[in-house]
Amino acid sequence: MSLVFSLSPASDIPIYRQIIQHIRRAVVQGQLDLGEQLPAVRVLAEALVVNPNTVARAYQELIRDGLLESRSGIGVFVAEKMRQVFSEDERGRRMAHAVEQLLYEALLLDFSLPEVRTYLENQWRTLQTQLTNRRKK
Amino acid sequence: MSEQPGASPVIEIDHLTKYYGTRKIVSDISLKIPRGTIYGFLGRNGMGKTTTIRIFLGFEDPTRGTARVFGLDSRSFPPEARARIGYLPEGHHVYGWMTVKECGQFQASYFPAWNQDIFETVLTHFRLTSKMKAGHLSRGQRAGLCLALTLAPEPELLVLDDPALGLDPVARRSLLQSMLYVTRKADRTIFFSSHLLSDVERVADRIAVLDDGVLQADCTVETFRRQIRHFVLKFDNTPPAAPNFPGLLESFRTDRELALTVVNVTPEIENRLEALAPVSIEPVDLTLEDAFISYVGERGEKTFFMNGKEAK
Repeated sequence: MSLVFSLSPASDIPIYRQIIQHIRRAVVQGQLDLGEQLPAVRVLAEALVVNPNTVARAYQELIRDGLLESRSGIGVFVAEKMRQVFSEDERGRRMAHAVEQLLYEALLLDFSLPEVRTYLENQWRTLQTQLTNRRKK
Repeated sequence: MSEQPGASPVIEIDHLTKYYGTRKIVSDISLKIPRGTIYGFLGRNGMGKTTTIRIFLGFEDPTRGTARVFGLDSRSFPPEARARIGYLPEGHHVYGWMTVKECGQFQASYFPAWNQDIFETVLTHFRLTSKMKAGHLSRGQRAGLCLALTLAPEPELLVLDDPALGLDPVARRSLLQSMLYVTRKADRTIFFSSHLLSDVERVADRIAVLDDGVLQADCTVETFRRQIRHFVLKFDNTPPAAPNFPGLLESFRTDRELALTVVNVTPEIENRLEALAPVSIEPVDLTLEDAFISYVGERGEKTFFMNGKEAK
């Protein structure tokens, strides 16, 4: 299990949300495999030096979102299949929000739409390859 | 309040008021600290935090109201109850002529339940050795020694008055780790005051905010952050003056923008912001520190209390 990350202490993002973001990224990038067990709440809390309730809260939200699943008495795992727990509207809303952030950045850095598209496609392929390579292992 | 049925709070402060002469230091505070929580006690200097702590520990009598620890009135605290409390006063005082080891022996003689393993573990954590002279320690090392002396009797209730004062980042981290280590046992409670809000955010279950002797908030860190909101209203021309409503902490006006920091936002308040007809209203996330500064900074009327009865 390689779930190593550090928290930004004086961030405007609450700690539990930082933990959520890191776990999501770890799953997408394949650092956490599908079906892999996560560290116990207390273990991760001690590693990050945060209140265990904060970690528990992050786990709970991720379980609710379908990324993690809890097997009673054993622990918390990355879900085997990514369930889509969001409604169509909510999916769309979240995607629109993410794209908006991307586009602000692109505009500030003065990229054209075709350029943005090229970046998107290249990054998409890189991620896919990383993922398939990891899953094969 | 009935948060934990059956479990009585470890600390129970009821309408506590304290005067020094004619000066009111603590004004009608009521607060319950449930067993097993880490409670951060916040407020600017001179706002009555230390006085409140000294009263519930029985070092000073309240002028009015009561404070109970383990259900016992602080004015008549028996020694057996004191032995269950670990108190780390502000400033990390030690007897300078003793060695680290002698400090341990001295303290141990007062506590039947002294745990030498814990004492030594904390010392190691702060890189202290038994032969060091207490008077020659650095500030961080002295804090480490005091913490070891406070933790070794395995107190049920740990009261730390500004334990991080003057510590470097490494020592601060060790302090937080020690605090989390203590609360591995579910029945251990920590009540600590601090000015380091990022530390508080890491470890505290809940916070109590004292301002000018008045309790201004009693809630989780998350609620505190969520209840204090910052909005930037953009306009096509000169923005109108900030509307006056209860809960407005700060307002700031530039050519085209009106920035407002608001506590306890209600739909009504949101409507009033809409009514100003801005081009856009953008909510901005605040750090705990920003939120805290807005909340206890200079402002006129202090008419609102942030309550902790948040929905789970």
